[in-house]
Amino acid sequence: MRFVLGRLGHSVLVVVLVSMLTFALVEAAPGEFFDDLRVDARVARGTVDAWRERAGLNASPVSRYFTWIQSVARGEFGVSLAHRAPVGPLLWQRTRNTLLLTAPAMAATWLLAVPLGLWLAARRSRWTDRIFTGATSTLLALPDLLIALVLLLVALRTGLFPTGGMYSPGAESLSAAARLRDLATHAALPFCALVLGLLPVVIRHVRASAIEAIDAPAVRAARAHGINGPRLTLHYVLPLAANPLISLAGLCVAMLLSASLLIEVVMSWPGLGPLLVESLLAKDVHVVLGASMIATVFLVVGNLVADLALFVVDPRVRA
Amino acid sequence: MTRSIWLIPLVGLHLLILLAGFVAPYDPTAQARTIPFAPPVRPHLFDAAGTFHLRPFVYAVVPSGDGYVADTSHRYPIRFFTRESRYAIVPGLENDIHLFGVDAPARISIFGTDGYGRDVLSRVLHGARVSIIAGLLATLCALLAGTALGTLAGFVGGATDKVIMRAADVFMAVPWIYLLFAVRAALPLQIDTRAAFLLLVAVLGIVGWARPSRLVRGIVLSAKERTYVLAAEGFGAQPLYVLRRHVLPQTYGVVLTQAGLLVPQFILAEVTLSFLGLGVGEPDASLGSMLGTLQQYHVLASYWWMFAPAVMLVLVAAAYHALTSFGHERARLVAS
Repeated sequence: MRFVLGRLGHSVLVVVLVSMLTFALVEAAPGEFFDDLRVDARVARGTVDAWRERAGLNASPVSRYFTWIQSVARGEFGVSLAHRAPVGPLLWQRTRNTLLLTAPAMAATWLLAVPLGLWLAARRSRWTDRIFTGATSTLLALPDLLIALVLLLVALRTGLFPTGGMYSPGAESLSAAARLRDLATHAALPFCALVLGLLPVVIRHVRASAIEAIDAPAVRAARAHGINGPRLTLHYVLPLAANPLISLAGLCVAMLLSASLLIEVVMSWPGLGPLLVESLLAKDVHVVLGASMIATVFLVVGNLVADLALFVVDPRVRA
Repeated sequence: MTRSIWLIPLVGLHLLILLAGFVAPYDPTAQARTIPFAPPVRPHLFDAAGTFHLRPFVYAVVPSGDGYVADTSHRYPIRFFTRESRYAIVPGLENDIHLFGVDAPARISIFGTDGYGRDVLSRVLHGARVSIIAGLLATLCALLAGTALGTLAGFVGGATDKVIMRAADVFMAVPWIYLLFAVRAALPLQIDTRAAFLLLVAVLGIVGWARPSRLVRGIVLSAKERTYVLAAEGFGAQPLYVLRRHVLPQTYGVVLTQAGLLVPQFILAEVTLSFLGLGVGEPDASLGSMLGTLQQYHVLASYWWMFAPAVMLVLVAAAYHALTSFGHERARLVAS
């Protein structure tokens, strides 16, 4: 219990510090949202000042930080200057879209990587292992950006997949099942790009820690007792190899968030990525802050869950 | 030892890229508006009549209908050490001799041209130069800051250690690309290339210090307790002397490994920012901004040679990958 509370406190502290850090960084920006309006001849001088005043930009940075934190606590995440609305609803919608992409990608990656990695470890140094190691090395050297562009090219050339967005135009009028199919065809390419980016990393880690487990005395003793096949893998190798993999799963959240940012922009998936880039270009600070905070919370929660899972699974951590 | 063969591509690539001005046949910003998106020019040994020529030559490309055809009426032999645009590999040392070229009006664009008729090969080499120098400098920044802070935390300990490591926690808790964006948001949008480049380096350095500092701290902590360090202290050695003579040398291995991992990561970060239009922009070349043109569907679908910067990116990443696995291999050999 102490361990759980300690980890929880640490996570909360990190989130609070990150919020201060990002706020301070954005605050240090020389430009602001209203700069473009100031040079616009159609807007009177006083109008911009009045807007600034109403947006609360004249207050001191510290008091603005606390106003923003209160707004975050209400779930509003401040006000978007470009959209003239609370940031919250916008963020939730975009976060949902990002999750629609990343959560299945995470699940698929691990469901593929664990059996594949275990299988490769069991057949170490055979030609199948060599081929797969070569393939994962090649995939590792390919940046996510390139994978996304190549998949997009495939979509353009074959015409089998849509090249962007989440729904086809007019999808609102379709039945629920047809809408779901439409969504799936739109999600297919960004999903593949995410999985292809993450898979080689995870497979390599699974293979490496499974090989280490196979060489461990416990597994050799089990083998000597005549245990082999799936029973050996599932009951002896996997639990021994689980520790580094659970930590890796926590880290995967970060990798996925970073990768999906870029892939969403390339594939015009309306997730957090395009929103962040748009608002960055428009200097719409509260949206930038909100998106960064959501990403941070996901990351911290991912690590926290991984830590707690380690605590549950690995008796060595509990001791 | 045969493993060190893997270092040859790495060194070769860096030479090629750092000497971009000399290797590239043209100025990366020089436009040839009459031949936008001209396909790669092929060097020939046999002319249209089938006669063999010892010196390779090219044909000039001329627009025809939607595409281009080679004008086979005149051969333009490939010459070496030609005089073309001026460049400076080291600031202040200008030169105009290029490795190879052809006489005007033909152009030797062996990777084709982009939408403004600029030579893609020249842009890839110069762009890679920007990306690689940014990656190397940013790695230097991150490692200097990381080593300094990590050593400080490990060696001094106490409250200093707590503060620095908490800060490192925070920097590692943000997905790095988001932090990069937050820092980038703090900078003016329209900045000239040189300023953009230096800011990128600084930003990457700021973002990247946390992990190396943690690793260095761990090593310093264990080195501090070694018997020979304790002995040196017992003989009255000053802390700074102990640090320089006994503790810091222990960290070199980790710092070098981190360098091998960080350089490609930072190159990719530069490419990402420039791809999204937040880094080095037009008219200067950068691998990221060149890949950015592929976001236009007609470019992506029609002009395959515009993938040239991606090939360069993969080559550089693979070379660094080989370097780190070479390092692993050597560490294993030393250990066994």
